[in-house]
Amino acid sequence: MKIAVSAQGKDLDSSVDPRFGRAPYFIIIDPDTMEYEAIDNKQNLNLPQGAGVQAAMTVIGKEAKVLLTGNCGPKAFKTLKAASVDVITGVKGTVKEAVEKFKKGEYKVASGPSVQSHWS
Amino acid sequence: MILTIASGKGGTGKTTLATNLAAYLGNRAQLLDCDVEEPNDHLFLDIEWDERETVTTVIPEVDEEKCTRCGECGEICQFKAIAPLEATVLVFPELCHSCGGCFLVCPEDAIDEGTRELGMLEIGHYNTTGFVHGRLRIGEAMAPPLIKKVKEKLDLNKIAILDAPPGTSCPVVNTMIGSDYIVLVTEPTPFGLHDLKLAVGVTEKLGIPAGIVINRYGIGDAGVEQWAEKQNIPVLLKIPFDRKVAEIYAEGKLLVEELPEWSQMMGELLSKIEKHLQN
Repeated sequence: MKIAVSAQGKDLDSSVDPRFGRAPYFIIIDPDTMEYEAIDNKQNLNLPQGAGVQAAMTVIGKEAKVLLTGNCGPKAFKTLKAASVDVITGVKGTVKEAVEKFKKGEYKVASGPSVQSHWS
Repeated sequence: MILTIASGKGGTGKTTLATNLAAYLGNRAQLLDCDVEEPNDHLFLDIEWDERETVTTVIPEVDEEKCTRCGECGEICQFKAIAPLEATVLVFPELCHSCGGCFLVCPEDAIDEGTRELGMLEIGHYNTTGFVHGRLRIGEAMAPPLIKKVKEKLDLNKIAILDAPPGTSCPVVNTMIGSDYIVLVTEPTPFGLHDLKLAVGVTEKLGIPAGIVINRYGIGDAGVEQWAEKQNIPVLLKIPFDRKVAEIYAEGKLLVEELPEWSQMMGELLSKIEKHLQN
């Protein structure tokens, strides 16, 4: 199983980015082997709108089953839920620390978005 | 002729100028309030309403039976308003700009036309002056489609006066496009000058001739006049700062109906515009 983490950099020592849609990178990682891949989200940083939806599509496309991030808005949340991706918000620290905590079962899956829509 | 009243800075007197100019011109004018987010020209005019219609825009509705999840709609959408997933196809109506791309690329003809309400279009008249405005639905983020609907009601046999929203973004650009002339209302302050420069930049990009009206003339400094002279942009009118004007405005009345010098000023403004357009 793979999980996705919104990150400020390309490796496991990078900080978790509190933003989901406009995080510079996504780390897609297998928590059992700690093998990972960094996905550049740069094109999303400049999107006028819909960054959350696009980021969700990216995570879904990489077949991640869980997302660790700081905040997640309603459209991204709805998109991830429709693809049965569990969302965990309020995640802080480095990507490595976040994945370790996840493995220990210290996180609770969010039941809804953590921030409001920019649109309505 | 299409004449747009714009400003850059808010609160400079666009509405005051637009409503008074329209009332001065009487049956020769049509007034279109394009500030659909907060239309207020009607507050100064005792409008008799003739028509009211709900304006909608087209959004995709996916027939999930026909859809094969090829994903082409999601690829073409520049606004991320449609998200094709295995389990379902999500549509985010508020993100859709109604470009029609998804309808065109769908190979299965699985996208039907749905609608999103943009707001209301209201048409009426003040005495013999035609009047149109739009009211954007509360919560709707996109003003330009409704502004375009307001402009579809343009009467080209009249002098159409378009009251633009403040600022220099899409709603302002959409109001200005197609105008023959743009009147930029400003105030003689550093703040007024700063935003005037931005507004002049828009008119230059659009290639539409523009002139300046300085409202509340007598306060502030000479910065606007000096800059206009340097840029060779005509100052069409200087409206003196006057408490009486503020009082009449505060009562929601028209200045051309209360102060004779205002009719004279409106006449002067129009002849200056004609002169500028001839040169």
